[in-house]
Amino acid sequence: MEPVSESELSKMIAGADGPLQIIGGGTRPVGRPVDGAALSLAKLSGVVEYEPGALTLVVKAGTPVAEIERLLAAEGQRLPFEPMDHRGLLGTKGAPTIGGVVAANVSGPRRVQAGACRDYLLGVKFVDGTGRILKNGGRVMKNVTGYDLVKLMAGSRGTLGVLSEVSFKVLPEPPAAAVLRLGGLDEARAGEAMCAALRSPFEVTGAAHLPADITGENAATLLRIEGFEASVSYRAERLGDLLDGFGKVEVERDEAQIAQTWSAVRDVKAFHDHAGDVWRYSVRPTAGPALGASLRAMGAQALQYDWSGGLVWALGPEGADMRPEGLDGHATLIRAGKETRARLPVFQPEAAPIQKISQALRDRFDPRGILNPGLMG
Amino acid sequence: MEMPTPDSSVIGKKPQLISRLMELLPNDAIIHEDIETRAYECDALTAYRCAPLAVVLPSSTDEVAAVLRICHEMRVPVVPRGAGTSLAGGALPTADSVILGVARMTEILETDYDNRVIRVQTGRTNLSVTGAVEEENFFYAPDPSSQLACAIAGNIAMNSGGAHCLKYGVTTNNLLGVTMVMMDGEVVEIGGAHLDACGYDLLGLICGSEGQLGVVTEATLRILHKPEGARPVLMGYDSSEVAGEVVSDIIKAGVLPVAIEFMDRPCIRATEAFAGAGYPDCEALLIVEVEGSEAEIDEQLEVILDIARRHDPVELRESRSSEESARIWLGRKSAFGAMGQINDYMCLDGTIPVSQLPFVLRRIGEMSKEYGLDVGNVFHAGDGNMHPLILFDANKPGDLELCEAFGADILRLCVEVGGCLTGEHGVGIEKRDLMFDQFAPDDLDIQMAVKDVFDPKWLLNPAKVFPLAASAGRRAA
Repeated sequence: MEPVSESELSKMIAGADGPLQIIGGGTRPVGRPVDGAALSLAKLSGVVEYEPGALTLVVKAGTPVAEIERLLAAEGQRLPFEPMDHRGLLGTKGAPTIGGVVAANVSGPRRVQAGACRDYLLGVKFVDGTGRILKNGGRVMKNVTGYDLVKLMAGSRGTLGVLSEVSFKVLPEPPAAAVLRLGGLDEARAGEAMCAALRSPFEVTGAAHLPADITGENAATLLRIEGFEASVSYRAERLGDLLDGFGKVEVERDEAQIAQTWSAVRDVKAFHDHAGDVWRYSVRPTAGPALGASLRAMGAQALQYDWSGGLVWALGPEGADMRPEGLDGHATLIRAGKETRARLPVFQPEAAPIQKISQALRDRFDPRGILNPGLMG
Repeated sequence: MEMPTPDSSVIGKKPQLISRLMELLPNDAIIHEDIETRAYECDALTAYRCAPLAVVLPSSTDEVAAVLRICHEMRVPVVPRGAGTSLAGGALPTADSVILGVARMTEILETDYDNRVIRVQTGRTNLSVTGAVEEENFFYAPDPSSQLACAIAGNIAMNSGGAHCLKYGVTTNNLLGVTMVMMDGEVVEIGGAHLDACGYDLLGLICGSEGQLGVVTEATLRILHKPEGARPVLMGYDSSEVAGEVVSDIIKAGVLPVAIEFMDRPCIRATEAFAGAGYPDCEALLIVEVEGSEAEIDEQLEVILDIARRHDPVELRESRSSEESARIWLGRKSAFGAMGQINDYMCLDGTIPVSQLPFVLRRIGEMSKEYGLDVGNVFHAGDGNMHPLILFDANKPGDLELCEAFGADILRLCVEVGGCLTGEHGVGIEKRDLMFDQFAPDDLDIQMAVKDVFDPKWLLNPAKVFPLAASAGRRAA
């Protein structure tokens, strides 16, 4: 099924007599396996409204992310949350859509400073499991009118409704950037350096650590600064002074090189072309290095730290349960075979009362249980 | 404002309720004498008053849970209350309800600079969260103008904003986790010092739900290092269209000021008479503030001043000292007090797309003449959040009703041009009956379905947010 309009989407869902598998660009097959008729949003595409002077963008859910990025770049603006492209990691093809980004609440390295996809999402239109066309939020930056279902829909992975239209707050793309690089730090020390940088007033917009592991290169700790030229130079120098105790600081100012470095961090390029399951952990940043050590003990062959240590990526043996006991945060199984994804919890199991609320919400939004059933557990 | 008829059977259970509460909480945590409950009869929307059945002031999450279990079992409605500064009547009691105030829960539970989080009990005031981390030059970013008095609990309930949210976002963007007590007394933990929900974003759902889904007793908040400095510039223009263009051009130029404030002529005149900040007598005044080191501020202001000059300002004043900065902000910060000096006022907070500003201001001016009530406009121009202040005389019969009708027309106008009823104050009872102007019946139905999930008996913060007729069936069920 490939609806070309919101009303057609509504009719298809209302008329569905079995489970539906909701597909944006099909580039992020994360979650428990779903059996159902494919419902693609690819044809529900296009920009509805873009006001650069108001920093607001309204688009249909099936619009390719690349198209949006081009549109914004022409006005010197961008999606501030730097959505990850999962294709390299998951070995998928196709064009990632903005609806998919929202459905999975996908953010990148800048999340640590700027916020997540959900923080920039101003409004949604969606079709619930009965076919009703619903809206929440709008296209203005401040809106507390009624309950915030915008946040609820972000990250609900098509299990509460099928997004048809989304609106965002966008931000200017700063004209300059710098990356400070510390070489050869061990993970605990790298964690300290990243936290020291983030507790400074210098607005670090990326803090990642790439251990030597499988890249064969020296371990690198990367700190990104963005803004106007004089400001970037000033902050790069001050931050360099602040990190003096962590060894020699190299400063990269080449625009293309910086873009390449951070898209590699964003898309976890180090893991591409390596077999194994991929796990993703969100923890308190200072807990990152210790988690990394436990993951290695459990068999992880490679790790990557982002968000100042708060986001840990692990490449583990196929089929292994890589969830350490007593994890304070959450683990998500991003890449694994179908059998593993059916056997292990893909998402962090929720406490009983939360599980009850989640199920009750699903029952209200999708009483027939036809939207991506079972995907979130 | 219509409120549901109090349930006389609940009122009849008062002695039993009080004695059960007495078994659980220290005596000084329960207020039930009529003369004392009167202190809780309203919040900052003082036009509506109703003393509650009783007030309880627990000191811990466990005590909150115990109180809610009893109220749930006895089917007594509960109105959660932070500091009672809501301008929307978000904490207005009903005669058959218990006020559950978190004012005694003010502890700091954890301060963690490396992870840039603080965990507090939610009765703590907004400004005192910043106060607790100032020694390390940190601050908590959301800054509603009531920040000296308002509680984090209320900030979370209303998803409060402030003048600086163009850069730092509102409460929901700075909230990482909560401990919440459900109406049946169950305690749930949502989020924490780590980022982003793995399952549904219940944290985002709870923030802004006006105390209707649960009582938030503890919160993990994002704290940030303070910028090295900040500096405002003041600009005056002869038309609101031009001022609107200046705002749009600044944003398009890639500068992200931390605040862009707008005042119109009636408001400028009122504040000049009150505070004498030396503002020019013009149609539209902008205060634009940027942050950073001295060099960074200079770099941003160069871009901003260049744009300002191109639009032919009647006045352009860059601050050169902290005294001058304070003077630039003086009039804006005393705007509410200045309007209050003239008469009683009602403050609205509808949001509009920034491009609609000139049209909306013109229409408000026309309506002001039609209604015969003066209005001044203060405005967070960067994010479109308006604050029209309508002047009326509370002692003149019919004036409040006239003012409310005028206010409703302004809010409908905000919705018509693509905006919303409330940008940061919340719906409460004040905008409850306008919800159908913004939402189709199905859009409200799905929100009420969420309420059904969290509070199936509809006991938490009754009569707020949803029009009474729309929720009648669910409340009776």
